[in-house]
Amino acid sequence: MGFVLLIFLPIVAALFIPLLFKYLKGIHTGWFVLFVPIALFIYYAGFITTTMDGGHKVSELQWIPSLGISFVSYIDGLSLLFTLLITGIGALVVLYSIFYLDKDREKLNNFYIYLLIFMSAMLGVVQSDNVISLYLFWELTSISSFLLIGYWNTRDRSRFGALKSMMITVFGGLMMLGGFVLLGIMGDSFSIRELIANSSSFIGHEFFTLALILVLLGAFTKSAQFPFYIWLPDAMEAPTPVSAYLHSATMVKAGLYLVARFTPIFAVSEVWIWLVTGIGLLTLFWGSLFAVKQTDLKAILAFSTVSQLGLIMSLLGASAVAYHSDDAIFKFAAFAAIFHLINHATFKGSLFMIAGIIDHETGTRDIRKLGGLMSIMPVSFTVAFIGSMSMAGLPPFNGFLSKEMFFQSMLALRNFELFNFATWGILFPVIAWVASVFTFIYSFYFVFKTFTGRNKVDKLPKKPHEAPVGMLVAPVILATLVVGIFFIPNLVGKWLVKPAVMAIQPGLYSHPSEVDVHVAAWHDFASPELWMTIALVGLGVVLYLTMTKWRKLYDIQPHYLSLNVLYDSMMMLSENGMNRLSRFYMTGLIRTYLMYMFAFIASITTATLFLKNAFIVDMDSFTAVSVYGIMTAIILVAAVVMVILAKTRLAAIIALGAVGYSVSLFFVIFKAPDLALTQLVIETVSVALFLLAFQRLPALKTHGETKRNRLGNAIIAAAVGITVTLVALSAHSQKMIPSISQYYKDTVATEAGGGNIVNVILVDYRGFDTLFEIAVLAVAGIGVLAMIRLQLARKEAKDENK
Amino acid sequence: MELLMAIVIGILFMAAVYLILSRSLLKIILGTGLLSHGAHLLILTMGGLGGTSPPVLADGVTDYADPLPQALILTAIVISFGVTAFILVLAYRTYAEHKTDDMNLMRGDDEHD
Repeated sequence: MGFVLLIFLPIVAALFIPLLFKYLKGIHTGWFVLFVPIALFIYYAGFITTTMDGGHKVSELQWIPSLGISFVSYIDGLSLLFTLLITGIGALVVLYSIFYLDKDREKLNNFYIYLLIFMSAMLGVVQSDNVISLYLFWELTSISSFLLIGYWNTRDRSRFGALKSMMITVFGGLMMLGGFVLLGIMGDSFSIRELIANSSSFIGHEFFTLALILVLLGAFTKSAQFPFYIWLPDAMEAPTPVSAYLHSATMVKAGLYLVARFTPIFAVSEVWIWLVTGIGLLTLFWGSLFAVKQTDLKAILAFSTVSQLGLIMSLLGASAVAYHSDDAIFKFAAFAAIFHLINHATFKGSLFMIAGIIDHETGTRDIRKLGGLMSIMPVSFTVAFIGSMSMAGLPPFNGFLSKEMFFQSMLALRNFELFNFATWGILFPVIAWVASVFTFIYSFYFVFKTFTGRNKVDKLPKKPHEAPVGMLVAPVILATLVVGIFFIPNLVGKWLVKPAVMAIQPGLYSHPSEVDVHVAAWHDFASPELWMTIALVGLGVVLYLTMTKWRKLYDIQPHYLSLNVLYDSMMMLSENGMNRLSRFYMTGLIRTYLMYMFAFIASITTATLFLKNAFIVDMDSFTAVSVYGIMTAIILVAAVVMVILAKTRLAAIIALGAVGYSVSLFFVIFKAPDLALTQLVIETVSVALFLLAFQRLPALKTHGETKRNRLGNAIIAAAVGITVTLVALSAHSQKMIPSISQYYKDTVATEAGGGNIVNVILVDYRGFDTLFEIAVLAVAGIGVLAMIRLQLARKEAKDENK
Repeated sequence: MELLMAIVIGILFMAAVYLILSRSLLKIILGTGLLSHGAHLLILTMGGLGGTSPPVLADGVTDYADPLPQALILTAIVISFGVTAFILVLAYRTYAEHKTDDMNLMRGDDEHD
């Protein structure tokens, strides 16, 4: 117990949102919500001193102890960093949303409930030590993301985007669950700490590589890596605060968290290093390349997020190299990954908020319609400028520092000697550099095409003006951080980054201060990173200025070859396929369903009879065949055949009556006078009832049943009949427990004072049974009456209308 | 006798299922009637058909027929009568509403799932 309960604080707070929204209409609901992340941020910030010393805190809440499943809040450097991001950015986003969403027009209760659920889920993901509860929270983030993307649920694009993100991330989540289960089998534990402790025994296990790939699928889908990134641009249909929060700062980083958390287990594998680094770099390149193609401000940011996530992913992959080599140059990558993760959260968060402001104040996000807003929105421009330049990797902003470290880490890979890196390692810095050129271009494109250039204010849907102060607070705070971190990188490193690095590489360090990385803005002229940056700025500026000329190259890619089209056709195909499959067996005909049931009963009973050797016939227990018995049987079977073959209603009813009377004859033969009497009475009444009802029913028709239909019916009928015969024989032949009949025979005179045992059983021993039987008859009678009366009432009503 | 009865019961079930699977509502009702007869005889047969006298206490008689299945069947006969009456009226109402007793025409569709 203890602080693990804080994970659920936002969900508990969500319970009060509907009340606050309903009864305090005058105050924007967001103001109440704001307390939650702020309080959590302040509380969790207190843990920094613990993690700075390389320590951790654990708080546990049992859930299903018998299966080893529990809620565990495990706070070390890595989870604390994410926790602070979630609560810190969360507070800023809530503040921003108060001004972004109108309190009179929007369904704020829904919005904030979803947002608070997400906050709980996300805290759960990063703090869970138990993989099963981690998975639970992981899917909860997918669901809350689905709800938030679809917040404007009347728009088609919103619903489409929501479904797409759900499909892809939940697919990944399920794969990840599979990976976790395999890990649980290998390590005999669901605790991440115990799995890490046992990880040396996993090497060479047959499930190891499979578990690795499954876990990575979860991480790649969540963190929008190639080729799963396609959901992220469509998720931009969400309100901008959501995009800033879920789809750039926190949720999409859950995949990075997962990779970082499992690095100690999987880093020994060559597959891990190649996949994580390779896919990361590919995503970095692909995202930056296509960001330049976009014309929607949020789409540019979405592709840029994809690309930056790829960058951090590749750094995490490169950090695994440190497990194979003691060389100091490989130890930058983990630090750079975490450092850039923080930087990205700050500059991308502020850029999303600016995109939201522009949308809010001008009525459009189309960059082709925008321009010259600098003089009208000076504060927004300043923030956007700071964010973009940091993203482009220029000083004096924090993005410059992490980009330099990124280059350094990628250059170091050339020197890694294992796993063919000596041959292919040169590709890494090259791709990284090219992607950075494109990053530079779209950063410039984003800020300058919007704020400078020809003034197109007259053509905008709204007359633009600077955003209200409240809306600017959050982006300005983030922009201040962007500049601030540039000047105090080593302080940030000491407080947040190094403890997190220690969590990623626990085997390498015993104290965060041992992480020997010192961030510096200035290297000497001989350092290759500096020349890479200078060359990239030069080429970037040239390409940015000539953008209109070469952007046409994007049209070369035919539309039908895009990943989105692949996704759409896969969805269509599975939807149609499933539809056809279920239409194939769900015919809507009661006959079909009855056939399934009868066939199933017959096959499963017969199979059990023979598989369990339960079919035993004990000929000795049979009683002698009597002449009367044979005669009655012949009459009965003849009557049954008549029922089936009867051409007219009357013949069928008479035959059915004949069956009933022969059954009562059987009762006579088998010494059951009460049954015989009852059967006679009931059969007589039944026949009368049939005659009464059939008079109002149509003649017997086959309704065009084909021979095939009938053959099918006959086969199933025969199967059921034979099954029942077999069951009757074997049930008679074996009695597992003695019948209680003897008890009735012995006590009927002494206990109940009666002579007719059957009657005494019915009215005395099983009196309640008989009482309820009467109740059933009464209910049936009421039903019959209702069905007849109902019609009369309807007819009268119709007459009145006339 | 039990073997003979088991076969008779099998035939009753066979005929009942065959009728229940047909397209005409009337035949389905006839089928349920046969089904209940089959079930009653099945209970009786499973218990055993021995016993030389009915289960009514009498001096000097020890070999009674098994009273327990008889008690169960007595209940079942009455219940099945209730069910038959209900289904009959249901069929009557269905025909009055839909003017057909063809089960294929009464199938569910997308609007009436």
